[in-house]
Amino acid sequence: MVSRRSLFLPALFIFLFVFIELASAQITVYSGRNRALVEPLVNQFEAETGINVRIRYGGTTQLAVAIMEEGRRSPADIFWSQDAGALGALHSGDILKVLPEHIAATLPPQFTNPANTWVATSGRARVLAYDKNNVDSSTLPESVFDLTRPEWRGKVGWAPANASFQSFVTAMRATEGDERTREWLRQMKANGAVAYNNNNSILQAIEAGEIQLGLTNHYYIDRAKSGNPNYGIEAHQFGAGDVGNLINVAGLGILKSSKQQDEAIAFVAFMLREYAQQFFMNEVFEYPVTTGIGDSDRMLESILGITPDINLDALNDLDETLRMLRQTDLL
Amino acid sequence: MGLAKNIQKLPPWYFLFPAIFVGISVTLPLVYLVFRAVDGDWQQSYELIFRQRNLTLLYNTLALTGGVLVTTTFLAFPYAWLTSRTDIPGNKLITLLGVMPLAIPGYVLAYSLLGLGGTNGTLAQLFGIIIDRPSGYWGSLLAISLYTFPYLFLNLRTGFIGLDTSTEEAARSLGLSSFKILLKVTLPQLKPSFYAGMLIIGLYVIGDFGAVSLMRFETFSYALFLQYESAFDRVYAAWIALMLLTLTGTILIGEYKLLKGLSFYRTGTGTARKTKVLKLGHWKWAAFIFVFLVTLIAIIIPVITILFWMAQGVDPIVWNTLGHSVRSSVMASAPAAVLAIFFALPLAYISIRYPSRLSSILQRFAYLGYATPPLALALAFIFFSLSAVPFLYQSLGLLVFAYALHFLAESMGPIRSALYQAPPRIEEAARSLGYSRFKAFWLTTFPLLKSGIIAGAAFVFLSAMKELPITFILSPIGFETLAVNVWSFSAEAMFAEAAPFALCILFFSILFVYLLFAREWKRA
Repeated sequence: MVSRRSLFLPALFIFLFVFIELASAQITVYSGRNRALVEPLVNQFEAETGINVRIRYGGTTQLAVAIMEEGRRSPADIFWSQDAGALGALHSGDILKVLPEHIAATLPPQFTNPANTWVATSGRARVLAYDKNNVDSSTLPESVFDLTRPEWRGKVGWAPANASFQSFVTAMRATEGDERTREWLRQMKANGAVAYNNNNSILQAIEAGEIQLGLTNHYYIDRAKSGNPNYGIEAHQFGAGDVGNLINVAGLGILKSSKQQDEAIAFVAFMLREYAQQFFMNEVFEYPVTTGIGDSDRMLESILGITPDINLDALNDLDETLRMLRQTDLL
Repeated sequence: MGLAKNIQKLPPWYFLFPAIFVGISVTLPLVYLVFRAVDGDWQQSYELIFRQRNLTLLYNTLALTGGVLVTTTFLAFPYAWLTSRTDIPGNKLITLLGVMPLAIPGYVLAYSLLGLGGTNGTLAQLFGIIIDRPSGYWGSLLAISLYTFPYLFLNLRTGFIGLDTSTEEAARSLGLSSFKILLKVTLPQLKPSFYAGMLIIGLYVIGDFGAVSLMRFETFSYALFLQYESAFDRVYAAWIALMLLTLTGTILIGEYKLLKGLSFYRTGTGTARKTKVLKLGHWKWAAFIFVFLVTLIAIIIPVITILFWMAQGVDPIVWNTLGHSVRSSVMASAPAAVLAIFFALPLAYISIRYPSRLSSILQRFAYLGYATPPLALALAFIFFSLSAVPFLYQSLGLLVFAYALHFLAESMGPIRSALYQAPPRIEEAARSLGYSRFKAFWLTTFPLLKSGIIAGAAFVFLSAMKELPITFILSPIGFETLAVNVWSFSAEAMFAEAAPFALCILFFSILFVYLLFAREWKRA
């Protein structure tokens, strides 16, 4: 016969364990986004919900790879990615949970992902950066394909290793086909496009007069301008529908292995509501992803009209893009 | 009789066991990489390995490595010689100045060098001088040489300090000129120090991507960096890491052949002469100018750049986290430095005192740990710790262990150089007086190793303070080091916010190095 005492201790442990689990509703976020872009929102979320959030900051790629390696034992409940590619990779690895329908209900189609395993939180537009003191804006090209013309020989900077650039190439493959994309990459290279390691290096090189144009994200420029009214670099947008105007997104996904699904969903929903969306617009200089919040309709209108018509799942196919970049010796 | 000899040759367990333990631990990431690599699609792996471009990358890598080795020799040798053999005033300060470049994260130095040139650069703004921004081969060479020469400097300094100068005097009495003595007597005795420093620098150049990616020079490690930055596919990243390790393996075999059969301790009776200090006289001004120029480019300009960033106004979020980051960095780096010494000492000891196939293989494994790309190492740690010791995953202990394992090779060099010069005879004499093996080592050899141990610990501490990929993945949640913050803010182009963290890395690194050397100077 089993004595009562022998059952007492395990029962106590189980009780304590459950109690602690319940009392301290806590979620863990792996964030590829910088602390300054995340922490103010997380503080607000904690204050509103009483849910405790632990965050691991790191590079988007490294954290995504770590989550794949951790598998079902991952301590993470949520992954916050700087770009769609990493979320797509986790989606392909069958790591992300399908989100409830209502979460993405308010989002324009450009920001949703039909499989609904992750959701965009903010957007960054691809632009052509130029020095307004050096380049006459009326001479700027209407299409990203015009950058292969002789007048731009050796004057354009790009960042083939950068995730946003790669998403853009993936988008180009989706809209223009692999053949034309490969040809464009080859011609750009032949036209002396200068490779930098990230967006910021491109802008610095334009400032230094090393190059004149650069394919980058818009928000670095807006942020630099807000801190320095004399900042000489401007953002040029290509003609409506040109793939050079792609919007890249940062986004959130919830891991299947998470034991805190409700809290995680609350976190994701919070980032799509007014407080967070205002923060992205006003503090980070990104585009909102939800309509009907302050300036968001006006901002979205200005950009959604000119971005290429593409859904975010099309950006998942990073593997083939990397292969293409390797074939053209850009990686 | 042969048997008796063999038994005698077996190292004591307290050296052998840690050495084997380290050997096995370092092998785990390799096992992981192979495991991952063979998991992939052979066709695509094949394409990746036999790309024409790999040859270009290999050539660039070797050219850069060669250039850096030459440049660092010209930087490090004068520093080592000045601070150990001459009466140069401010000797201690110069020693610290010679170590400090290690405390500056490579990409910060590269940023500051880039910031000098161009129409909008610092030189243009301050003096109206427009120079091209450094880039490509020469830019990379400059940046990497400046922050790696301390590895060679400290190794050589350890070598100079332990050098038995009676051989030089013997040479002088035979009528050799000072220059000839340097060439024929001193330099050959410094061989282990040269090799050790150059080995670390060589491996560093092969693995470094901070400077080459900013300077846009396409080396092998840059390609690996691109893979890891963009490829979520662990299979191909594993292949490239294995290719890199093969390159390292080749270098290690070469180094083994070079070092075979060297010994530089006194074999005769008597004691080592006290080093004669050379009086520099007016030459000291030339020495000062040399030290000043190096300090200007390697330390002053980066520090000014950091201060310049900071002057643009720092987001207050930084001040809330700075203290926490300092604690995190020191709490992980200081124990890692101590642990690395505990790992390196037995490895170095058995490989020099009990040379055998096993001991030299074990020792070289330490270098393979250094050459394993840190992200691969971290991923392997996820894999093994989650399946074997899940409660340790993302604990401080595991992070320290990973640091120590990765960086222990940096501490091997100085310890090994010191060991080469420590005569085994005194240890044998102590044993014949009835001391136990361990006590004999502790009382006779260990004190002679101190300057090597100090240099080794300094290396590991400084590297751990700057480390990124391992820290990203293996640190406890909510534990953010200074380096993680510098990286994260500068990646967002928030340089003003990155600046205070970079300054803290610099300050605490110098403090730690100073504390280490203060002990040495106190004894002297």
